[in-house]
Amino acid sequence: MTIEHDIAEQRPYLMRFARLQLRDDAWAEDAVSETLLAALSKPQAFGQRSQLRTWLVGILKHKVIDILRARKREVLLGDSGDDEGDELDALMFKADGHFQTSPLDWGDPAAQLSSRQFIEVLDACVERLPAAMGRVFLMREWMEMSSEDVCKELSVSATNLYVLLHRARLRLRECLEINWFGKRPT
Amino acid sequence: MMLRRTCKQAAALMLAREDRELAWADRVALRLHLFACKACPRFANQIHTVRQAMDSWRHYREPDA
Repeated sequence: MTIEHDIAEQRPYLMRFARLQLRDDAWAEDAVSETLLAALSKPQAFGQRSQLRTWLVGILKHKVIDILRARKREVLLGDSGDDEGDELDALMFKADGHFQTSPLDWGDPAAQLSSRQFIEVLDACVERLPAAMGRVFLMREWMEMSSEDVCKELSVSATNLYVLLHRARLRLRECLEINWFGKRPT
Repeated sequence: MMLRRTCKQAAALMLAREDRELAWADRVALRLHLFACKACPRFANQIHTVRQAMDSWRHYREPDA
């Protein structure tokens, strides 16, 4: 197999991350095409074939951040009104600030967390986050950017960012509780 | 200094500390709340689990086809 072939074969894998992070098929296509072009133009920059994915994902992250930067005005648009996040808070907590129902005991699930089934559920939960929330959440969790850097790149205030991240994390917790931890036989 | 926090406030602090440093007073208040509350340590464990889950998600590699 040629290196060109191996690189092209990684396209679906890269598209999955690009779509999740960018929440826009056209943007994702752009990011992945540019990644493949960059990789194909300097395959000699790449050493061990076993780390092909890691190398390509590294390039992809750079292309993704270019797009987020260029589209920063659109990146935080698209999620429905502000009340929605507070709704989840209202579902979880009584007016006096106590939990409506006590959080489930998730136990010590370390071993399950790398199973394919769990990753699929987690993937679906991340995908289900509304666009703006999902983008900033993955900038933190996939691109591993600091909150300060996310604010800088998107020209968003820290307060707004923390509100979005708060809601994203609350939703993800909820989604995992419903679709994974609440379903385990006890 | 007010150190009492409701569960809702404590939960907000537990989420916030995933993304920013908490102020000293919030850290102390959260610790006190977790010590006294039955429900919130579970929530803390859940948020910790979500963090581990995202680590494993990030490192997950499907076997090459």
